[in-house]
Amino acid sequence: MARWQGQLIKIDDYRWKIPENYKTGMKVPGLIYASKEMLESIRDEQTPEQVANVAFLPGIVGYSFAMPDIHWGYGFPIGGVAAMDVKDGVVSPGGVGYDINCGVRLLRTSLVEAEVQPRISELVNKLFLNVPSGLGSEGKIKVSQKEMNQLMIEGARWAVKRGWGFEEDLDVTEEGGCLSSADPDKITDKATKRGMPQAGTLGSGNHFLEIQVVKEIFAPQIAGVMGINEIGQILVLIHTGSRGFGHQVCTDHLRVMEHAVSKYGIKIPDRQLACAPIESSEGQNYLAAMACAANYAWTNRQCIAHWVRETFASIFGKSPDKLGMSQIYDVAHNIAKIEEHTIDNRKVRVCVHRKGATRAFAAGHKDIPRRYNEIGQPVLVPGDMGRCSFIAVGTERAMKESFGSTCHGAGRVLSRGAAKRNIRGADVIRELGSRGIIVKADNLSSLAEEASQAYKDISEVIDVVQQAGISRKVAMAIPMGVIKG
Amino acid sequence: MKKVFEIIDHAADIGIIVYGTDIEEIFSNAAMALFNLITEPESVEEKLHLDLEVISEDRDGLLVDWLNELIYLFDAKHILFKRFDIRSLTHNQINATCHGESFDPMKHKIKIGVKAATYHMLKLDKNSDGCKAQIILDI
Repeated sequence: MARWQGQLIKIDDYRWKIPENYKTGMKVPGLIYASKEMLESIRDEQTPEQVANVAFLPGIVGYSFAMPDIHWGYGFPIGGVAAMDVKDGVVSPGGVGYDINCGVRLLRTSLVEAEVQPRISELVNKLFLNVPSGLGSEGKIKVSQKEMNQLMIEGARWAVKRGWGFEEDLDVTEEGGCLSSADPDKITDKATKRGMPQAGTLGSGNHFLEIQVVKEIFAPQIAGVMGINEIGQILVLIHTGSRGFGHQVCTDHLRVMEHAVSKYGIKIPDRQLACAPIESSEGQNYLAAMACAANYAWTNRQCIAHWVRETFASIFGKSPDKLGMSQIYDVAHNIAKIEEHTIDNRKVRVCVHRKGATRAFAAGHKDIPRRYNEIGQPVLVPGDMGRCSFIAVGTERAMKESFGSTCHGAGRVLSRGAAKRNIRGADVIRELGSRGIIVKADNLSSLAEEASQAYKDISEVIDVVQQAGISRKVAMAIPMGVIKG
Repeated sequence: MKKVFEIIDHAADIGIIVYGTDIEEIFSNAAMALFNLITEPESVEEKLHLDLEVISEDRDGLLVDWLNELIYLFDAKHILFKRFDIRSLTHNQINATCHGESFDPMKHKIKIGVKAATYHMLKLDKNSDGCKAQIILDI
């Protein structure tokens, strides 16, 4: 891809503006959060052009944002955030992505590294057996058509009602694990058929399940509220989404949006930005279908969390409760939500598209769990499997500036193909093994695609959002055991 | 033998460039390229024959929808195809008979999970040498 040569105006060390006059048709400027060093790799792809393209969409307010983990995506860049006024704005499936509510869930434990280290291989092997993963993986739960509809409506609660998890898990899940706008009537038969066999599976690609050990605590008091108390403590991170179901929902609605673009006379610079007015039937139908897929993803992570707890319980001979395996939080990384924000002292209802971005609400916000009222909403930012993951919290500055949003991960620097040509899956296992990290993967070549070298350094990404003030870092954990699909 | 398709790198995903003497060949070669990415087609036998009809807005959209139909059949119904007889093709409708068999984990290796065909950088051109198409796939 050709290097992007457009103008970036420095606002401060971590904010770069694409002026509104860069392209005729932009309704707001673009704003990229990045360090000067990162800009080089950001310019390597045409991603800033995508940030500018998003600024064309009707009803966009503030800026077309890009987080420091920005990389190329379909239509919207990954790491893109855009808020559209509900009254005259649009909703775009490209602003959510194919894997609707791809996200992460973090469990704590009261175990420490020394207790888990001797049994790590056994633990990883057993988790690999208990959590269905890999290409075309099918779940161990069988979901009928009727149950599938219930699952779409209820989200994570559907699983909790069946004994897969605890009521408290729902309190610490974004939206309580359920978007109430879900309507299974807006789901095609095709999407349902793709979704039914894959419920409760980890999937493949960049999805994973990781046993982590806390290495650094930056804000002990905040960490304490989350139940992260000491260096060496064991955590479990689950990263997955809505599988083939979400993809089919996106594909189905992109088709509808194609019509809508001409029907409503919307001018877009890229076909993948197809959209419809939020209040149109096409827009409402997409939001109702997207909510079904989001709820499916929360159910998925809820089921997997339950099997993780079961596996720990069987290995350590204690109940999940005795092992202190409560949930810290669950966040969506790919979603569009109707939220109320204050712009120029005016309360406005907007549809916030977060594609490869995380909601990061500040302390005191009504939509965060009471237990986190004093500290702000936990933000979970996984890195690649060879490095580390961060836990952060939302800030007031994020509320004022980025519609309460921050980064979501490391961001790719090598294409999958380039990673595969340059890196061998077996070498990845060996290299990680030499550092005490045990990896179990369904597919060796997909492992190479996910090697550390293929990603930006997550620490740099987190430093940017911290320095820019849109999140505050709380703790850092490194992997001990990884299950890859 | 003349090259029928090639695989190209694209950011986090993968693309295919497909060649053909006419548009019919583009559609059947694109489908072959898709299943070459998913599996090793030599291992697939022609045990199952399915008649498909896909209708779309325009020719570009039809190519994307055609591939998405095949992706759906693999993901939901677990069918691997290796050969495609295009029976009729207009600017917005394709009728084809697809030959293949049900996925058997003991017999077929799955190389990549292809999730969707996209409109991004989609190209379908006809010139004096024949036809050429480019499609980016989400994996």
